[in-house]
Amino acid sequence: MHERQAGKMRKVAIVAAASRQEEIMLDTEVEMMIPLISEVRNKVGLDQSELGFTCSGSSDFLAGQAFSFVMTLDAVGPVPPIVESHVEMDGAWALYEAWVKFQMGVIDTAIVYSYGKPSPGSLQDVLSTQLDPYYVAPLWPDAHSVAALQARLLLEDGVVTSDQLADCAIRTGTVDNREEYFSQPIIADPLRQADCPTYADGGVAMILASEGKAEELCDRPAWITGIDHRIDSHHFGVRDLTAVPSVRLAAQKAGVHDGPIDVTELHAAYTTHDLLLRKEMGLPEIPDIPQGSYPIKADTLMASGLLRIAEAARSIWGGDANRVLAHATAGPVLQQNLVCVLEGGDN
Amino acid sequence: MGAGGETAAVIGVGMTNFSATRGDVSMPGLVREAAYRALEDAGMGWGDIDAVVMGKAPDFFEGVMMPEIFLSEALGCVGKPMLRVHTAGSVGGSTALVAASLIHSGVHEKVLTVAWEKQSESNAMWALSLKQPFQVSINAGAGGYFSPIIRQYMEESNAPELIGCMVAFKDRQHALLNPYAHLHQPDLTFDQVVESPMLWEPIRYSETCPSSDGAAAMVIADETIADQSPNPAWIHAGAMRSEANNFPGRDEVNPQASRECAADLWEQAGIVNPREEIDAVEMYVPFSWYEPMWLESLGFCERGDGWKMVESGATHIEGGDLPVNCSGGVLSSNPIGASGMIRFAEAALQVRGMAGEHQVAGAQKALGHAYGGGAQYFAMWVVGADKPTH
Repeated sequence: MHERQAGKMRKVAIVAAASRQEEIMLDTEVEMMIPLISEVRNKVGLDQSELGFTCSGSSDFLAGQAFSFVMTLDAVGPVPPIVESHVEMDGAWALYEAWVKFQMGVIDTAIVYSYGKPSPGSLQDVLSTQLDPYYVAPLWPDAHSVAALQARLLLEDGVVTSDQLADCAIRTGTVDNREEYFSQPIIADPLRQADCPTYADGGVAMILASEGKAEELCDRPAWITGIDHRIDSHHFGVRDLTAVPSVRLAAQKAGVHDGPIDVTELHAAYTTHDLLLRKEMGLPEIPDIPQGSYPIKADTLMASGLLRIAEAARSIWGGDANRVLAHATAGPVLQQNLVCVLEGGDN
Repeated sequence: MGAGGETAAVIGVGMTNFSATRGDVSMPGLVREAAYRALEDAGMGWGDIDAVVMGKAPDFFEGVMMPEIFLSEALGCVGKPMLRVHTAGSVGGSTALVAASLIHSGVHEKVLTVAWEKQSESNAMWALSLKQPFQVSINAGAGGYFSPIIRQYMEESNAPELIGCMVAFKDRQHALLNPYAHLHQPDLTFDQVVESPMLWEPIRYSETCPSSDGAAAMVIADETIADQSPNPAWIHAGAMRSEANNFPGRDEVNPQASRECAADLWEQAGIVNPREEIDAVEMYVPFSWYEPMWLESLGFCERGDGWKMVESGATHIEGGDLPVNCSGGVLSSNPIGASGMIRFAEAALQVRGMAGEHQVAGAQKALGHAYGGGAQYFAMWVVGADKPTH
């Protein structure tokens, strides 16, 4: 956020969330989202007409259809008409747009949702169409191969070691021990299966509320005390792939280091991303801070970031944590990053 | 009450030339052309910008998934926040409103917003016709979707058959005053419009929008910075509404979402009589008949009277009391994702006195309007030559 305004921002909290992830979901996007959207509205006892703003994030390229979000809006039931917007981004950025709207002082409540169903297609190939269409996409590099470019540089520059990758894979639960890790074949040199994400279909919905309203809707609101997002260069040959300046800056602007963090929720789809994000955000490599959940085991494009924020909020609601870091990423090799700090309000 | 929060204004506008194929530029070249012109107009460089908000219609129109990702450098975003908005045909307007919200909220001081489409990179009919399981495809394009709604309007309002042709002819005349417009048809006659082939009864070929490549950009700044600009367009109001595509009793001719969006807009702007208080209108008219339909929905006249305004010449830049689409409108240039932002930007140019040959003399307040989906997404703003006092 802007320095001039730091500390002057209106307090906004996450007061309810509902989510679902499965490896392959046979429901359509609308069928997936109706129960989730209903659940969060029921939790706070508000119907759609009582919510000030609706914002969602999704991708037409996942749905295989232009204007796919228009169909999914049916899950909200926008009758009578609603104040609504949509980003072609992970839902974490839809949350950001809603947070900005709160800062205008024109809303007290909002519903935010996002979803992705990669299972009908080959996400590895679909993600190739996100690369520079003139110089890179025509080569059809798949997502793991692009991640492997970065992994190779990280190993060769000594930023990470193979043992660190193995230990990270063990922490995420994709393998039990180093022996198992090193026995896996390499699928995109130097990455093994345990380094790479398993994709899942899924969606998430949440309710936000401003100070005064949030306390009515939730016993222990998860207050957004810092949120910022930044983007780096897209071009592999221009950017130093062993660094992520955008996440470093976003973490600084979001005030990550202004207090102790109890739990981290990182949108790290690869072991290399986990290690690099920790390094760039100044988090300990071997987390004495627990990592709440691991998208490497179930990565849902367009929703993983908002899912991390939902998980972070849950750890506040449960009383397990008082100050939590949530992170979302988009684009290849951690190009675009959003960092959000949630607090429970304990002294 | 205004738009809410801090006061904001447009201090820079940039557009590209619109044409069927901008083969002379890449996608980065296209967006950069509009963005650079907006920065130049604002007297700023890339480094002055705090954040960038980009909008465009479906990614299938170019065949690039989330193209803002690869346009990060072209738009000077490295190290900055970047947002990508997509709200169907209204997206250009919604994008401008999201950019404005970054100023109204006090989060930023100077924001660049860009909307674009490069339809020549792909095939829009293919992009809109991807077959979906368990869904009925009408395979008729947007014209096929809207023609029955237009027919319903004609029957309800008893409008004469040629009102649509009058709108189309007017907008093509207006386009001759706009050097950026895609369609420049100096020899076009009214009879040629009437005699053009019927595509989707009652919509003739000459009553439809073209497919264009193009981009539009604006620099939106806070009050302190805008005070230093010689001619800021102050944002008096901004509103968005969405409704379901299909539900029992839906008024498709004059959707509730449109009426409620307009009512919110006029209230924010403190406007009681839009017809008298608005000096120039840039509304989203991809098919000619939508001009009278939106005139009614927006409250410029009673329901059923929109066609009478068209027939009387009220919406013509020459002699009309409410000139509509002096730039030539969507009927003369249609880079889909940018079309809404062009409306918003043209409204800003009017109140800044910078619209050149298509300037409405002395315009003080102007409306920018966009719609999308099955006439179910709406984005609107009012800009003024003076600061909002409301």
